[in-house]
Amino acid sequence: MPIRVVIAKPGLDGHDRGAKVIARALRDAGMEVIYTGLRQTPEQIVAAALQEDAQVIGLSILSGAHMHICPRLMELLDQKGLRDEVLVVVGGIIPGVDVPKLNEMGIKGVFLPGTPMQAIVDFISANVKPTVTT
Amino acid sequence: MEGTKVPASARERWQREVLEPSLKKVPERQSTFTTVSGRPIDGLYTRESVAAVDPSVPGEFPYTRGLYPEGYRRKPWTIRQFAGFGTPEQTNARYKQLLSAGGTGLSVAFDLPTLMGRDPDDPLSRGEVGKCGVSVASLADMETLFAGIRLDAVSTSMTINAPAAMIFAMYLVVAERQGVSWPSLSGTLQNDILKEFIAQKEFIFPPRPSMRLVTDVFDFCAKQVPRWNTISVSGYHIREAGSTAAQELAFTLRNGIEYVQYGIDAGLDVEVFAPRISFFFNAHNDFFEEIAKFRAARRMWARVMRDRFGAKEPRSWQLRFHAQTAGVSLTAQQPYNNVVRTAVQALAAVLGGTQSLHTNALDEALALPTEAAATLAVRTQQVLAHETGLTDAVDPFGGSWFVERLTDDIEHEALAITETIDRMGGMVEAIEEGYPQREIAQAAYTYQQAVERRERIVVGVNAFVADDAGKTPDTLYIDEGTAEAQLTRLTEVRAGRDQVQCRRALEALKAAADSRENTMPTLLDAVRAYATVGEMCDVLRAVWGEYEETPTI
Repeated sequence: MPIRVVIAKPGLDGHDRGAKVIARALRDAGMEVIYTGLRQTPEQIVAAALQEDAQVIGLSILSGAHMHICPRLMELLDQKGLRDEVLVVVGGIIPGVDVPKLNEMGIKGVFLPGTPMQAIVDFISANVKPTVTT
Repeated sequence: MEGTKVPASARERWQREVLEPSLKKVPERQSTFTTVSGRPIDGLYTRESVAAVDPSVPGEFPYTRGLYPEGYRRKPWTIRQFAGFGTPEQTNARYKQLLSAGGTGLSVAFDLPTLMGRDPDDPLSRGEVGKCGVSVASLADMETLFAGIRLDAVSTSMTINAPAAMIFAMYLVVAERQGVSWPSLSGTLQNDILKEFIAQKEFIFPPRPSMRLVTDVFDFCAKQVPRWNTISVSGYHIREAGSTAAQELAFTLRNGIEYVQYGIDAGLDVEVFAPRISFFFNAHNDFFEEIAKFRAARRMWARVMRDRFGAKEPRSWQLRFHAQTAGVSLTAQQPYNNVVRTAVQALAAVLGGTQSLHTNALDEALALPTEAAATLAVRTQQVLAHETGLTDAVDPFGGSWFVERLTDDIEHEALAITETIDRMGGMVEAIEEGYPQREIAQAAYTYQQAVERRERIVVGVNAFVADDAGKTPDTLYIDEGTAEAQLTRLTEVRAGRDQVQCRRALEALKAAADSRENTMPTLLDAVRAYATVGEMCDVLRAVWGEYEETPTI
């Protein structure tokens, strides 16, 4: 079974180069990728992950809004009982001081500019939770 | 891309007698050489490499060698640094610092809520107020942003697109209150909505009503703000999104064609509005290809305006442009390397004849620039302008077999792309079909794969890597105080304004949007009544609807 990944762009920012490149890279690595498109709220992203039976949510955030979006997303996953089932990773412009805070929230994969695509593929493959049967 | 022409005899002899014996001893270090955009590069360019030398001179059609006969000998390019963050007070202080450091023009970066026509109290603005630029919700913010700066003493560029007309109306009212007449204002409104649909994706309304707002600004400025550049047709964002150099050139010029066509269709005189169209390009890493791109851009636009649109005035033929170094080339790793990248990119922009230039700060892959990093970026331009002899001769690469050939090749490649878009019916149709979006995503992925395979070296990232943990510079951090301050001010503005006047102005705006009437006069009245960006955009959203992109990978 291929790993199912939702790639999302939360917030008002429209710079989607990174989201699209990584979506293609994950697809080329054999994963099933659902790209939500622009300006998705945490609610919409969690709903998409549920609907798609996603094991992974990848967020692309370049706007500095990560400290608002990520806690809300993790809270919603908690409420749905998905926190331990869905791996959340974030890529983008994230100041170094925020990385440990994101880690503490349960977001272990934080990828800064220049990260090789293969490193992200490897991280997801190594950390993805076993498939959920619904 | 075309191959090299059949070699003439001198070159053939050189290849046979000099090059090949040498290669037999030691081969070249790679089998092919290509530019950042994937264009194959020969080892040697000679007279025979160029089909017909462009005989033009600076200051004359088609301006390949520059718009002005004296190049930079009369005046160097304008140093124009894009800046904006936090509250209008904070950005106002940064502008004063940039002006006192010798900057000669201002360039406003707005935050994402402003760019998307949302007020700071909109639920979608949460966490974004003042983060990527300055927050401007109403005239009160615009007055603070330019406090102590006479608007007839600076030229101001404003990077705003979907709500460009609203923000421009605010600028005009600030001038009015300073006692500065509109005809004495100079500056540029980005106002380029097509590249938003193509690349940067900060759109609000669907393409067609968006184009009407653009032509409303053209028409209004022709009559009332004649020295203002009504649009900056921007390739910058297209390139940042991952296009090649030729795609950047082609999509940008084809967008320019679309604006001119819509202006003519709206009944405007091309000789009046065309000279106020300006351009904005990326200055990327591939030095020679970038210089060629700028030279080709001028030549192509001159031909488009003269031959396609029948413009008679030289000012209508002239492509004036701003350049910014490539943000996408900056690395978070070993950030001081970015100073070198930026300097070389700036050099290409100047050798390509730019009218104004923004140099990126070294820390921009990490955060918005600190004051120290922003100052170093200005100094980089000053060193180029005053210490290197760069400004002494016009178009120094004119006549270089290599650069002339690249100029021809990039023009041919871009022309083929613009013809494809013509066949689709125009750029609005191509956007609706997803063509430029798809081409750019493909080019971005191709590039990333090349980096991954180390066919492209990025110093500090996939080669010459060092552990620089703990060595990153201090960065600017926008705290939540900005959002709180902006929310407080917004509440005060809404409480303090004449509600009846504001409501009437918004109703008049709605009526104008419903009719064929120019929206600018009603926007000015709404601004004077302290209607907010969000309120004005909401009125237009209700009339025109919102654009949603179909997500594709």
